Amino acid sequence: MSTSPNIARVARVVAAKDLRIEMRSHIVVQQVLPFAGLVMVMFAFALDNDDVLQRVAGGLVWLATLFSLFIVVQRSYAIETSDGALDALRVAGVDSQGIFLGKSAALFVQLITLELLLFVLAVVLYQVQLSLAGLVLLVTCVLCATAGLAFVGTLYGGLTAGAHGRETLLPLLLLPVVAPVVLSATRATESAFLSGGAVLADGWPWVGVLAVFAALFGIGGLLSFGALIEE
Amino acid sequence: MDALSTSIIDLRDVVAVYNGYPALAGASLSVEKGEIVLFQGPNGAGKSTLLRLCAGLLPVERGTAFVLGCNVQDERERIRSRVGLLGHNNGLYADLSIADNISFWASMVGASQIEIDAAMSRMGIDGSLASRSVGNLSAGQKRRCALACLIVRRAELWLLDEPHAGLDAKGRDEIDAILREASQLGATIVVASHEIERAQHLATRNVAVVAGRVQERS
Repeated sequence: MSTSPNIARVARVVAAKDLRIEMRSHIVVQQVLPFAGLVMVMFAFALDNDDVLQRVAGGLVWLATLFSLFIVVQRSYAIETSDGALDALRVAGVDSQGIFLGKSAALFVQLITLELLLFVLAVVLYQVQLSLAGLVLLVTCVLCATAGLAFVGTLYGGLTAGAHGRETLLPLLLLPVVAPVVLSATRATESAFLSGGAVLADGWPWVGVLAVFAALFGIGGLLSFGALIEE
Repeated sequence: MDALSTSIIDLRDVVAVYNGYPALAGASLSVEKGEIVLFQGPNGAGKSTLLRLCAGLLPVERGTAFVLGCNVQDERERIRSRVGLLGHNNGLYADLSIADNISFWASMVGASQIEIDAAMSRMGIDGSLASRSVGNLSAGQKRRCALACLIVRRAELWLLDEPHAGLDAKGRDEIDAILREASQLGATIVVASHEIERAQHLATRNVAVVAGRVQERS
């Protein structure tokens, strides 16, 4: 008789599977990272002003992350739907909360990798300054914002996975929802970079917003993901 | 279901709706352990709906339905974890190797490496084939991999929708041999197929599905 795997086991197995597929296909490394890097470089050329670049660096990093999020989420579900693997998981009664957490965790790891590159590029291209206290704020901001983006991306990716025109539908649905994340993360990052006269202490309330957002969509995803992928 | 009944599938006057249409209109059926039962009938007759109902994917509108001793009406999750439904897709990850795909399902249920090796052996998947990406396999090899996943999942009831579709003669023979062996080892298998001649040769019992009703055939 089959055993009922618990949520933690399912999450671990699904996350490991998604990351293994990425390690084999190199889509994030060979396509998403260069794309995000190009966005940063293009902004640098387009604005062509060090003062302006330093002031908007935080926003540019999060915009590049947002654009890349669409690609990574599409990819995350393309591997599930191309041969009916998500259906197979659902049909086999695999815990949907475990699937949600596992896919969110894999997305989180991929986004964190991407953001690491983008922040390094911001320091190099836009010459932003970062103190130790700023670094603490920035790391906290990145963790909270990325968790929120991963939860929302997984939730909406599941919602559109079986839909016609999902490639265009996903950004359309996702953009308004992640707007608070992009806004809050930008404000917190500006504070961490002390850009445009921003003060470090002003960044923490925005991190609070990001944490609340991540918690809300984490809980919402756990409760609703099963119904979303169910027929 | 009768408390002493050993039926793997026990449907009595079942009415079910699929995509808003009444797809089953009073279906009654009993399938015993180890049988290979063939569902045959024209397109839209209700074969796939019957498989989906047995897999715990559809609610019962009227009548009673028990699968593996569980009530389809309110124990669908329990049924799903014990049933393997293989439809037109194989449910595999193209970027992973055969071994990775099978290990993925084994990890889901806590199956051991011995069980993985046994499943691959039964499917004729050796070392070099096991390491190949599923995306580079033939249709027959993919289907064998999907069946190996059912084995490591320890599925007791195999529900197969057109298992011969897209396979060449050799691949079809291989699938037939695998299904016969699985049946001998205790799995109960239900096959919905258009290829009546081949499927009849495989099945121990034929069942006609016509307009959402089930008719036994000798």
